[in-house]
Amino acid sequence: MKAVCVGATRGIGRALARLLAGRGDALCLLGRDPAELEASARDLQARGARAPVGTALLDLGMPAGFVDALDAADRALDGFDTLVVTGGLLGRQADLATDPLALERLLDVNFTGTVVLCQMTAERLAARGGGTICAFSSVAGDRGRRGIYLYGAAKAGLSTFLEGLDYAYRGRGVRVLCVKPGFVRTGMTVGLREPPFAADPEPVARAALEAIEAGRSVIYTPGIWRWVMAAIRALPRRVMRRLDF
Amino acid sequence: MEPLSEPAPSAAEAPLERLSGWGRHPIGLGRVSRSERIVLPPGSAPVLPRGLGRSYGDAAVPGSRETLVIDVTRADRIIEFDAGTGLLTCEAGVSLAEIIRVFLPRGWFPAVTPGTKFVTVAGCVACDVHGKNHHRDGTFGRFVERLTLQAADGRQVVCGPSIERELFLATVGGMGLTGLITEVALRLRPVESAWIALETRNARGLDEMLELLRASAADWPYTVGWIDSLAPGSALGRGVMMRGRHASREEVAGRRVPPPRAIRVPVDAPAWLLNRYSVQLFNRIYHWRHGAPARRLVSYEEFFYPLDAVLDWNRLYGRRGFLQYQCVLPRAAGVRPVRAVLERIAASGAASFLAVIKDCGPGWEAYLSFPQEGTTLALDFPYRGPATEALVHELNALVIEAGGRVYLAKDAVTRPEHWASMMPRLGEWRAVRARWDPARRFRSAQSVRLLGDPA
Repeated sequence: MKAVCVGATRGIGRALARLLAGRGDALCLLGRDPAELEASARDLQARGARAPVGTALLDLGMPAGFVDALDAADRALDGFDTLVVTGGLLGRQADLATDPLALERLLDVNFTGTVVLCQMTAERLAARGGGTICAFSSVAGDRGRRGIYLYGAAKAGLSTFLEGLDYAYRGRGVRVLCVKPGFVRTGMTVGLREPPFAADPEPVARAALEAIEAGRSVIYTPGIWRWVMAAIRALPRRVMRRLDF
Repeated sequence: MEPLSEPAPSAAEAPLERLSGWGRHPIGLGRVSRSERIVLPPGSAPVLPRGLGRSYGDAAVPGSRETLVIDVTRADRIIEFDAGTGLLTCEAGVSLAEIIRVFLPRGWFPAVTPGTKFVTVAGCVACDVHGKNHHRDGTFGRFVERLTLQAADGRQVVCGPSIERELFLATVGGMGLTGLITEVALRLRPVESAWIALETRNARGLDEMLELLRASAADWPYTVGWIDSLAPGSALGRGVMMRGRHASREEVAGRRVPPPRAIRVPVDAPAWLLNRYSVQLFNRIYHWRHGAPARRLVSYEEFFYPLDAVLDWNRLYGRRGFLQYQCVLPRAAGVRPVRAVLERIAASGAASFLAVIKDCGPGWEAYLSFPQEGTTLALDFPYRGPATEALVHELNALVIEAGGRVYLAKDAVTRPEHWASMMPRLGEWRAVRARWDPARRFRSAQSVRLLGDPA
């Protein structure tokens, strides 16, 4: 695999990039902090990724830079075949509710930027015969919930986009995977109270990689979330209104 | 531009968590920061670095709820590996399990490993851990070439055997109280296989056990004895001595190591599960199974980490937890104090699931490093309140009389005056700590107990 990873310096992205490195895959890391990218590139190289692991600057909130970043990745990998996007923002809902700029930034990163990047990549991959796009959405996008609807709205949009992208490009050889994790113990969720079924990044990353390999289009991870969310989606509004989550 | 993910929360924002060591006693409350990037928060609030929580007692337990516990396990990047020399530079939270997973297939193994691989390199440094090869190779710290610390005032400091040497010697074995270890450079050991050539010998009593350990020391890099701590009278010290070495490529002949498999203890066992009779039964079966002299190949997992196969084995001791007691008795004091300690334990009837005996080589200059030339004993006692603590104090008195000491990575109840009389270089260590952390910002429940730090 020749994979471009956005968000590989931390959390689930770090775990997933390590799985790829362990198989000897070729990697190029995209992100905003050059020192962090470099440190993660060295880590992945030491763990078996094909050397050298490439790096290039990309800010998911600034689509103007995407062409350059994808070009750099193509040069580093001599034409990549896979894009993995784990990067994203999770703000405190109370802050987002009162800080329009922070909210805009969250939507830009989690929705607009991710959608634009995946769309551009789909075109690029289709033009050379195909490839794989794996982006991380969230169970939070499956239903509007009082505690997390701003983040959830961006993820709902992203999930819908990824579904359509799958239909539009599968015929042109591009496989699209939408990963919907539940609560994962990473820097993003630090300080939050752990709900049931909280997971570590490693098993979530393993599930995502297995789904990529199997050519699946959507997975919940841990798998129990598929049933939990099915139940939550079935709840009538008057019940949702009373629930505090 | 703002950071892509949340900044680490301040101590005031994270929820309070209950934290304990592996022995699950005592339990402390503290707030925990978990991040890939470990940094000291500004200000002067107390901090405590914590790794995988495998120290048994209160070394990684916060002394008060004002303490911010800095969990280092997410700072787990490899920075550099020199395949020519085996020098590995990595972040604080890399575990020995991860080092083995990544580097054993390339022919490298930790030069020193304790009885579990679920420990971070920074934790290994802070406790200056030892293993079955102590008689030959010394402690973990002997293989550390360089440490990067963030000192209490926020400065980055690099130290090692030949640079900032005093800080280095105070940090190795310093229980995380001299600064936040962020990077470790350590030498790995080249090995030809993932297998250990193991020999076992039966010992009918303590003298025979010590003789077997002594006789094996010259030719075997790894030695350890398991003893039946409940055996009475002349059978005291009866057990099995195991000695091993890394098997060569030829001996192994293409044999593949089974992937590590582990089971979980799903619930806390009832407190009565481990009693005098059940432990006696276990000890008898173990003795019977390993009775005959034997030689065979075992995987590194089976040899070094038998207990790692049972995740959460500490739950077998029930909700009240347990104390692990480990002391070293200097060779110069002879076998008498070893016998005295074992007799005292046998008389107490406090069941010990595991009783490990091992000969240690000479100690070294790290001020608070535990091992010294002599015999070390390690035993578990289910925690039963004051009676168990009283037993530890009694044992400590025997240890002090012999000129020995206890191991802080295991300790939860030793009295400060006892500990001070065990550690001849404590004053020097305190002086170095005072230079780097005059306000004692780095502190733990253990340092509050043993060093009189403010809670």
